[in-house]
Amino acid sequence: MNSELLGIIFMYGLVMLLAIPLGRYIGKIFNYESTWLDKVFNPIDKLFFKIGGINPTKEMNWKQHLVALLTINIVWFVISILVLTNMVWLPLNPDGNPSMSGDLAFNTTVSFITNTNLQHYSGESGLSYLGQLTLMLWQFISAGCGMAICAAVFMAMKEKTSATLGNFYSFFVRSCTRVLLPLSFVVAIILVMNGTPMTFEGKDTITTLEGNEQNVSRGPVAAFVAIKQLGTNGGGFYGPNSANPMENPNYLTNIVENISIVLIPIAMVFALGFILKRKKLSWTIYSVMTLGFLVLLIPAVISEMNGNPAISNMGISQNMGSMEGKEVRFGAAASANWATYTTVTSNGSVNAMHDSMTPIAGMTTLLGMMINCFYGGVGVGFLNFYIFIILGVFISGLMVGRTPEFLGKKIEAKEMKIAMFIALLHPFLILVGTALASHLYASDSEALSGWLANPGYHGFSEMLYEFTSSSANNGSGFEGLGDNTPFWNIATGVVMLFARYLPIIGPVAIAGMLAQKQYIPESNGTLKTDTSTFGLMVFAVIFIVAALSFFPALTLGPIAEYFSAK
Amino acid sequence: MKENIIPAIRLTLFCAVFFSGIYTMSILGIAQLAPNQGNGEIVTVNGKNHHINVAQKFVENKYFWSRPSAVDYNAAGSGGSNKGTNNPDYLAEVETRIDSFLIKNPSVKRSEVPSELVTASGSGLDPNISVQGAKVQAKRIAESRKISEEKVLEIIKQNTEKPLLGMLGTEKINVLQLNIELDKLK
Repeated sequence: MNSELLGIIFMYGLVMLLAIPLGRYIGKIFNYESTWLDKVFNPIDKLFFKIGGINPTKEMNWKQHLVALLTINIVWFVISILVLTNMVWLPLNPDGNPSMSGDLAFNTTVSFITNTNLQHYSGESGLSYLGQLTLMLWQFISAGCGMAICAAVFMAMKEKTSATLGNFYSFFVRSCTRVLLPLSFVVAIILVMNGTPMTFEGKDTITTLEGNEQNVSRGPVAAFVAIKQLGTNGGGFYGPNSANPMENPNYLTNIVENISIVLIPIAMVFALGFILKRKKLSWTIYSVMTLGFLVLLIPAVISEMNGNPAISNMGISQNMGSMEGKEVRFGAAASANWATYTTVTSNGSVNAMHDSMTPIAGMTTLLGMMINCFYGGVGVGFLNFYIFIILGVFISGLMVGRTPEFLGKKIEAKEMKIAMFIALLHPFLILVGTALASHLYASDSEALSGWLANPGYHGFSEMLYEFTSSSANNGSGFEGLGDNTPFWNIATGVVMLFARYLPIIGPVAIAGMLAQKQYIPESNGTLKTDTSTFGLMVFAVIFIVAALSFFPALTLGPIAEYFSAK
Repeated sequence: MKENIIPAIRLTLFCAVFFSGIYTMSILGIAQLAPNQGNGEIVTVNGKNHHINVAQKFVENKYFWSRPSAVDYNAAGSGGSNKGTNNPDYLAEVETRIDSFLIKNPSVKRSEVPSELVTASGSGLDPNISVQGAKVQAKRIAESRKISEEKVLEIIKQNTEKPLLGMLGTEKINVLQLNIELDKLK
């Protein structure tokens, strides 16, 4: 069998081998069961609570969870803006990189505290090491924040009627120290042993064999890249992210970084099953997600391995597949594979340039972000899926003429209104943003000619991709887009803010309200939510919402590009 | 809100100490045990350091050429071309690269030119080419260095990196490594 295909099958196998035990471990952490790492982490966590002045056993209701989450995010916002606009005179700046402009600092700050990691700067020249370390902090704690709020929703899904859902700070600290930290440690060590730089020295200057001078950017890369991959962050140390040979030196590091993308999102689904003692529900959700993932993965891999027809027409050999924007050490299959992993989750790191991918792969990456819950971001991916479960329960309930219930709690008009609002928010942000940008571009395309690197349909796709990526809190890009302008910085910044916090508030509110309702024991009349029938129903709901919302936009972009190719 | 703001600030500051500080310094400490102490993958040739996994610019006939770079091999500002697959300007550029490759390597047939030699890599620093990409350059190098083509093909064979564990991923060759071996010949 083709070694490139074997490589990507091996990766998925490894993901499953690790994700299920990790899910059990995460479940224990949120259930406060003892684990073998307690000896190390109990004292550390105690220190966090002591210094933070926090009582980790204080129970919070869903509103208190949200207030705690939003407050700490505001603190991060302020600190981040201050650091990014003052890097030039702050320490740890050996390369003498400049501070950020106000709009770029706003965009970058929002981007990192919302776990998006859209980057309108290039790491080598746009950040000091202090800037990098500050962003790395957000990579840890914005991911921990997503896991913590997801844990609160898990608690709300338990059978008992309860107004309180545990303590936000406690879930947050436990996620950061007991899950993200040890995993990052392991990944960072593997990277550094394989030649990823880890130093605070500035650029290295070497003389090439032909006698030219070459500057090579270095920095604390290994530590940064590990959490970038694990926390569905995706913001690279270097401009081209994990395509850069320092950030991702070989096929082994590519495997490690690639599986890190989906490890926690998949583990969270299994954690749910352990917490609720409903393993079958976990497997149903996992199957729906995986089905969607494969539907996107397979065409992308085939299309990239087949190569660019326009290049084949030139009469040269294209055995490696489409190689523009790709690296030989990964090849077309592993690049398309990564592109799919990174867009179905909200990671957004890349090991190949998505802008140069074939129209089919361009479309599947867009679809992954438009749906945004086939695995999804750490914590928040499940919250997005939760909305579709609620919709699925309601629609199936109507179809069979029963009161819609989910896990023994009745779903009523109020919950449905919130779910509908959240489900429609994502297409709204993407389509309105893209329409606005297209209108601006069309009305003055000469003044804005710096925006698009490619003409025609692909140029439209570049704008569509940017807003989709922002709204999915993904952060990858069709990087041909000239995006460091006040319009793009502010527009995508605002989209990222809405797209992060409203889809957290909505599901938490629904779950919190359901938790307070009377538990209705399962009977013959109950709609079973852990069956393949219900799984297919949810898949259909997701498919219909995505297809109806996004098909017209996709038609103008990648689909038109595909059919117009000569 | 009010009761949350002080804990939020204190918790964030301690997170900064812990994750940006202690975590980073621990990895930095472990990096000192790594080959080259966390400075990347460095090889020394004739007293000069080279980053073996960062592509260098090669234009002379006596060297194997790296893949095209959209950033002119700037390892302090890496990046790809971000050109779409059907962009007419881009396709014209590829056509030009094919033509100039064929002019400098007259014995090579058009159908033998592998696409990675005429397309820009994702980082602009791709250190590798395919085996085919090395073989089509062998004759030019042999003539330029006045050595036998077999000798060059032998070096290619010795430096071919098999897929991981012999079965995962791509087969490839490091261009800089090849050129270092070529320079060692005399």
